[in-house]
Amino acid sequence: MAVFTRGFTGRRREQDSRLPPGQTKVDDWPVLSAGPSPRVDTETWEFTIRSESGPPHRWTWDEIHELGVEDITTDIHCVTHWSKLDMAWRGVSLDLLFEDVETSYDYVMAHSYGGYTTNIPLDELLDGQSWIAFEADGEPLGIEHGGPARLLVPKLYFWKSAKWIRGLELMPDDDPGFWEQAGYHLHGDPWKEERYW
Amino acid sequence: MSHLDGNALAGPMAELFAFDITTASARCSGCGAIAVVATARVYTDAAGTVVRCSGCEAVLATIVRAPDRVFFGFPGISAIEVRS
Amino acid sequence: MIRRGRAAWHVGTVREARPETPSARRIVLDVPTWPGNAAGQHLDVRLTAPDGYQATRSYSIATSGPDTLLELAVDELPDGEVSPFLVHELAVGDELDVHGPLGAFFVWRPDETSSAPVLLIAGGSGVVPLVAMARAHAAAGDPTPFRLVYSVRTPDDVYFEKELADAAASATAPLRVDYIYSRVTGRLTRDTLAAVAFPVSAAPQVFVCGPTAFVEAVAGWLVDIGHSPTSIRTERFGGT
Repeated sequence: MAVFTRGFTGRRREQDSRLPPGQTKVDDWPVLSAGPSPRVDTETWEFTIRSESGPPHRWTWDEIHELGVEDITTDIHCVTHWSKLDMAWRGVSLDLLFEDVETSYDYVMAHSYGGYTTNIPLDELLDGQSWIAFEADGEPLGIEHGGPARLLVPKLYFWKSAKWIRGLELMPDDDPGFWEQAGYHLHGDPWKEERYW
Repeated sequence: MSHLDGNALAGPMAELFAFDITTASARCSGCGAIAVVATARVYTDAAGTVVRCSGCEAVLATIVRAPDRVFFGFPGISAIEVRS
Repeated sequence: MIRRGRAAWHVGTVREARPETPSARRIVLDVPTWPGNAAGQHLDVRLTAPDGYQATRSYSIATSGPDTLLELAVDELPDGEVSPFLVHELAVGDELDVHGPLGAFFVWRPDETSSAPVLLIAGGSGVVPLVAMARAHAAAGDPTPFRLVYSVRTPDDVYFEKELADAAASATAPLRVDYIYSRVTGRLTRDTLAAVAFPVSAAPQVFVCGPTAFVEAVAGWLVDIGHSPTSIRTERFGGT
């Protein structure tokens, strides 16, 4: 029974042929916040990968940087319909972090400082598809955008690029993380518009 | 980031509950505190609405809007008390 | 539970739209199906663009009772999506989808028996639901002592100035209004609040409304001063 509101258009929404369906290009970088931002000191920051076998693999802030930070230029797509094109990032490829990780499990749960979780298939994190990112648009990642480090998985909706990343846990099943439990799609491919259950 | 309080849930929750839940009390599964829903912290600038306990910030409830449906989640509320 | 005026969607027609302050507009909506509302309640306004895009925002109602003419005050947020439209584009005769009445917590009713005085503390546009309470108090000739502490940048930014003056002039429903002009005489502080509020010994029922940061600061001061947290009801608006 919605009444069309005379004269209302909402914010100007720019289209571009490089956008997945239902997305609009923006020039700013909206901050989406589901709670208070966790404050993490790089002195005490740690990143951990846990698999079903062997001890956890851990890196301090310095250790992860020593693996080799690369430049990434990529588009990002938020499920709330905005996209940023050709964004400049800097981070460490997950391929380097997974080099010594042994697992027979196919899925990963990403864990963030502050308790956020999101699930991703392992084969979509490897082969140059994801990073632990420290810089965006030439600046160290601000706390409201997930700094000091966030997961970067550009091929999926951006809720999968977990802010304030703390670790990855291998799991046998594709268990739902925070937003996936709340109604969002388990996989989240923007090109197939996999937004909701 | 700034947040609102549970008064802001009166509209969205009216699609699920026949009564105004903002005066109902809920127990937080995180810290066990029982508080009126109107006093919860409500974050609306996210991929959905996230309702958190004012005491311990545990997630009490979530609301996700799709074009043609709404998802209500209550991961952190063990029960809601409604007085008649 | 008591089901006063259950929330529903209604269509409202704009009857009046005029400047209230340099950045805000007073809007009067005619909502024929409105079941009435209590003082302090709000409604959600939903705007629909031609392509189906929708945006919804909450606005407190400055009026109460069975009247189907509702008064709102909308403050323009600089980067807002909805408020600039309501303040600049919306015209008399336009129709709006509204959802309400909403909110059973942040409400004052004259028929409730309590000997406690009522302290209302407003930050900027947060005064709107408190104006509804002051007007309901005056209209009922309710003898409960009321005080409104209204923090606002300058005298030009005051909402519902005349209505508050009329309510304060009531012979039967005592209301004292203290204006704190933050850009003129300085911001509200814990001490200036304590000076104009009811004493702790009076155990007032307190309502605080405004931007989140204002509400958090004021609620904290009230508890520091000694007021019981359970006597304080808060309503936070978005913004800084």
